[in-house]
Amino acid sequence: MMELLQTLQQAGLELLGPAWLPIWTIVKIMVITVPIMLTVAYLTLAERKVIGYMQIRIGPNRVGPYGLLQPLADGAKLLFKEIIIPSGSNKFLFIAAPILGLAPALAAWAVMPFSEGMVLTNVNAGLLYILAMTSLSVYGIIIAGWASNSKYAFIGAVRSVAQIVSYEIAMGFALVCVLMASQSMNVGDIVRGQQGSLGMLNWYFIPLFPMFLVYLISGVAETNRAPFDMAEGESEIVAGFHVEYSGMAFAMFFLAEYANMILISFLTAIMFLGGWLSPVPFLPDSFIWLLAKASFFLFLFLWLRATFPRYRYDQLMRLGWKVFIPLTIIWVVVVAVWMQTPYWLW
Amino acid sequence: MEKITNFFKTFLLYELVKGMALTGRYFFARKITVQYPEEKTPQSFRFRGLHAQRRYANGEERCIGCKLCEAVCPALAIKIEVAEREDGTRRTTQYDIDLYKCIFCGFCEESCPVDAIVETRMFEYHGEKPGDLYYTKPMLLAMGDKHEEQIAKDRAADAKYR
Repeated sequence: MMELLQTLQQAGLELLGPAWLPIWTIVKIMVITVPIMLTVAYLTLAERKVIGYMQIRIGPNRVGPYGLLQPLADGAKLLFKEIIIPSGSNKFLFIAAPILGLAPALAAWAVMPFSEGMVLTNVNAGLLYILAMTSLSVYGIIIAGWASNSKYAFIGAVRSVAQIVSYEIAMGFALVCVLMASQSMNVGDIVRGQQGSLGMLNWYFIPLFPMFLVYLISGVAETNRAPFDMAEGESEIVAGFHVEYSGMAFAMFFLAEYANMILISFLTAIMFLGGWLSPVPFLPDSFIWLLAKASFFLFLFLWLRATFPRYRYDQLMRLGWKVFIPLTIIWVVVVAVWMQTPYWLW
Repeated sequence: MEKITNFFKTFLLYELVKGMALTGRYFFARKITVQYPEEKTPQSFRFRGLHAQRRYANGEERCIGCKLCEAVCPALAIKIEVAEREDGTRRTTQYDIDLYKCIFCGFCEESCPVDAIVETRMFEYHGEKPGDLYYTKPMLLAMGDKHEEQIAKDRAADAKYR
């Protein structure tokens, strides 16, 4: 695989000279984003199917075999719908907000290592970059809520921003534990730090188990998914920050939400479950492992939504500030002390 | 002791895992969806669908224009005009049911002394333009003629409970 890429790059360089570099980068970006977009499309179908199955229904099955063309039908419908811009809204920000929401969710993939050496940009501060990018997506939400010039959208935006900001702290501290354990901010090195002769016992989710849970739950809260979907709250504030959006602009928020889900799933797999590493020593490491782990977390997202009722807002804030943040801070200290003792085996 | 176990249960997400196990079990359970146009749920013989007016076996219409159904109708959906026919019997000249108003309560059917107005099992109908669902006497009689066999069977099945 790597040799093939190398030869391809060499051939391109000889053919086009320096102009090849941007073309090659764009090709690589497309190779990453197009599958993400397809996954987003089919994740919406998977969500409806999984939740349906858990409610002993069968979910959509009319469009194409087993409903497999449903995402295309939904996409076509949204594309042809009118984008209504409220007369009192700030038009520029109103249109810019969905783009601001989606772009960071896709940009964070730049440092995502898919397998050994398979990474778009191998930056040493990859973890910081990911933290920065996931934090940026909150701007899409607050701008959307503000630009709509609607009190419902604004309340939704305020709620969801407060939620995202609170959980980001816990998420950041959980990642601090990971980078302490791996002693690196390079995402590839974090995975390599989990390599060992014991397979899955070498992964960070064992010494950092509470952080693993905190990261996972914060991830659910961060993406505004049930049971933390206060931003949407169908039964309370209709659609939250995107109540005024329609057509493709609305679809962009949808894409962003699902792209964020996929991102969080991959990040959890990479930070705590050894990324592309094989869980047992006798099987080879491969990209498939990363896919399998991320798919499990994606399923977990849907599973959680099918199982739990929505949190009350004060409970949500209590969980974030009074449980997760103290827990993460304590665990940072625990890990720091633990790493000084000979009992640190990771 | 209980406090300690509770503490660990909270941190190990015991309740959450239990809840997820339940939904996880249902994920594999047999699905109960009825795929409508191909499959249909069973209907009771008391099913209250579209209205119909019945006739006797000799072709004479049953309705005698007593207006009990009009009186009992809670939605005021029935309109009846009565006149004497050439043979001296009391018959309706107009018998309209406005299905936009009708709530399908079945009171008209209950109140009818001669089982003239009935509700059939038909529930798949639609109107394409305003007024399509304003059923007049000929339409109701046609419904009755069309479904008489099923209507008679349903009345017979229900007879022993009356």
